[in-house]
Amino acid sequence: MNRLMVWLPLGVFAILVGFFFKGLTLDPREQPSALIGQPVPAFELTDLNTGQLLSREMLPKEPFLLNVWASWCITCQVEHPYLTKLSEQMPVVGLNYKDTETAAKNWLQKLGDPYAMQIFDPSGRLGLDLGVAGAPETFLVDSSGVIHLRIQGEVNDRVFTQKIQPMLEMIQ
Amino acid sequence: MIPEIGHFALVLAFGVSICLAVFPLYGYLTNQNGFCATAKPLALLQGLALAVSFGVLMYGFLAHDFSIKYVADNSNLDLPWYFRMSAVWGAHEGSLLLWALILGFWGVAVALFSRGIPDHMSALVLSVMGMIGVGFLAFMLFTSNPFVRILPFAPGNGADLNPLLQDPGLIFHPPMLYMGYVGLSVAFAFAMASLISGKLDATWARWSRPWTTVAWAFLTLGIALGSWWAYYELGWGGWWFWDPVENASLIPWLIATALMHSLAVTEKRGLFRSWTLLLAIAGFSLSLLGTFLVRSGVLNSVHAFANDPERGVFILGFLIVVIGGSLTLYALRASKVSEPGEFGWISRESFLLFNNLLLTVMAVSVLLGTLYPLFVDAIGGGKVSVGPPFFNAVFVPLTAILVSGMAFGPLAKWRQSDDPKLYRPLIVTLIVSVAVGLVWPSIFGGAYSIATAVGVTLALWIAIATGLDVVKKIALYGGISATFSRIEKGTIGMWLAHFGVGVMIFGVVMVENHTEHRDVRMGVGDSQRLGSYNVRMTDLAVINGPNYVADQATFQIYQAETLYKTVTPQKRRYNASGMVMTESAIDSGFTRDLYIAMGEPLGEGDWAVRLSVKPFVDWIWAGAFLMGLGGFVSITDKRYRKRIKEEKAEAAVEGATA
Repeated sequence: MNRLMVWLPLGVFAILVGFFFKGLTLDPREQPSALIGQPVPAFELTDLNTGQLLSREMLPKEPFLLNVWASWCITCQVEHPYLTKLSEQMPVVGLNYKDTETAAKNWLQKLGDPYAMQIFDPSGRLGLDLGVAGAPETFLVDSSGVIHLRIQGEVNDRVFTQKIQPMLEMIQ
Repeated sequence: MIPEIGHFALVLAFGVSICLAVFPLYGYLTNQNGFCATAKPLALLQGLALAVSFGVLMYGFLAHDFSIKYVADNSNLDLPWYFRMSAVWGAHEGSLLLWALILGFWGVAVALFSRGIPDHMSALVLSVMGMIGVGFLAFMLFTSNPFVRILPFAPGNGADLNPLLQDPGLIFHPPMLYMGYVGLSVAFAFAMASLISGKLDATWARWSRPWTTVAWAFLTLGIALGSWWAYYELGWGGWWFWDPVENASLIPWLIATALMHSLAVTEKRGLFRSWTLLLAIAGFSLSLLGTFLVRSGVLNSVHAFANDPERGVFILGFLIVVIGGSLTLYALRASKVSEPGEFGWISRESFLLFNNLLLTVMAVSVLLGTLYPLFVDAIGGGKVSVGPPFFNAVFVPLTAILVSGMAFGPLAKWRQSDDPKLYRPLIVTLIVSVAVGLVWPSIFGGAYSIATAVGVTLALWIAIATGLDVVKKIALYGGISATFSRIEKGTIGMWLAHFGVGVMIFGVVMVENHTEHRDVRMGVGDSQRLGSYNVRMTDLAVINGPNYVADQATFQIYQAETLYKTVTPQKRRYNASGMVMTESAIDSGFTRDLYIAMGEPLGEGDWAVRLSVKPFVDWIWAGAFLMGLGGFVSITDKRYRKRIKEEKAEAAVEGATA
């Protein structure tokens, strides 16, 4: 009896490990966005660089990434080199969120500007419509302007290969 | 350049911990004292290297070195210096460094204060602690290095520390908590050392007892500080939320409490040996598990800093090695443990067994409640959450049973204790506590609450029983000073801690059942009643803090017609992150706290205001403080400072009298 009992704690622990292992593949924070499968909300905002009026209809007619960023956001700086690399593969549209014109322009001047267009949203209206919780956030949008994926936080190689790439292959 | 020194020191500490894990163990197994003797110097060197590494990171914060990514992510030019210091442990990487530093500290402490322990034994203990260090430092260096730099384009300013953590409570809460968590590694290392050596007699219990007690005391204070911080900083006015991270600290605390009591039996009577070993393993394992749950992102909570599946896989691997390894060793060795001696149905042993069973059941039920959402999610049942109703329904009755038994234990004698005379003081205790408990809700006013009556009865039951025990001992020794100089310090510690439990229960019962709470709309010039006070908003202003802008309301609190106090709660918006925080205004008192917090602006200059009177809320933390104090008093006992020779002599005497 006692011989078997002493193995019991190890057995219980083994079962727990099984659950933990499974748990690691589940993300408790993943918030399903209400906008998945919906078109990008309508907007009329200016382009940060050109001052030209932009609207939903002017978004690229191929799958693209909509990247929400700001000059006050440190993680945006971290993901910037990766986005620059990605912009060679697919268009990246910037949504400059709750920022000032000078700060944003300086930032792009210093770090480089890989963006196909730059929606300037100082009041955060479009961000609100998109349900943005904070910067950075990135949306994958298809050629007809429908959102397919929402990434909260940094876009990097792992996020691209695990999340963006598979979805991109599906919608292409 | 300077950050590289910190980085180098961390790598050095990693190298030293590998040596510490390997050399003394090798020395023990091959019986070479030279290798065993490396344990203490290596432990000191590891502690030193970690202290340098930690100091460098702190310097990085103080000197605004934003080329260190961790500093850039968690500090800001406007952040006051004291928060820059506590920001070192404000996020994932730095809190791991604090964890490692404290592990190093405990290693140094064991190296310095283990002169009473045979060298080959302390070598084994330090070697086990070295193995833990290897795991943690590898985790830091490979997945969570705090010295990663942003070069050549270092940002000019940082992102700011999470505003929730910009609070004095957070300066002390994590270090205290980690002292407790990591302190349990010492008891764990002693248990492992005795399992490795196969010397499973009661001596290891005597050696590890003071370490367990002091770790438990730190854990108690750490949890209490966290609860206090939640009370005044989170802006909801609650003191315990059954949040997964709170539970992750409560579970090891419950097990450590059980361990302290079972160690007493093992030390004094040589019983429960196998069970005590298991508790020592479980206590530290559950601390590690708590770390895993918080860090890996398996469970979500307000406290979770960073979650990253790679880190999760690493910690899980580490858990499997440490917990799986120790439980395997336990299973192989513990079946050979003999349990000499017997004890009667009514004896101190049986009361302590009862205590252990209840505390373990409590720990297991909190663990199950915490992990239940994970289980359901893992088998495809979707996202569920287990809330306070479950925990209260399980925890409250078990606590009541535990406390009922608590009064008996200290009165009972070892072996056999069925003489009713021993328990006679409890008759008076029962009569007084039930009488006062029943009357209390009606003198306190409001609707009669049975929960209060039962709760106050329990609080008095343990407090009076403890008080009578003190009085009896004083009568026995003839005088207060004679008692306190001659009695074991552990007994004084027990009195303090048990009395603290009573104080705490009283606070909890009163707050939970008699808090007066109203959410009202107020503008400048409006008055509201708050308990026996009148609260009047006299001003609204915008205040510029060092790194935030705040809406500040001024409230004058009147008692009858005289001004009692002016308080200024705030609603802060932190510049860098845009996060909004509530700074509640609390007037603390012996019998009640007045709690005023600003909610949302309602327009026209009006605000939603939360007003509360919380009776006896500070007693919760006072009780916890008494418990922690009891722990610290216990370890001042002279017998823990004895050398080997004296110990042998005493063992001979004890053997003769037993």
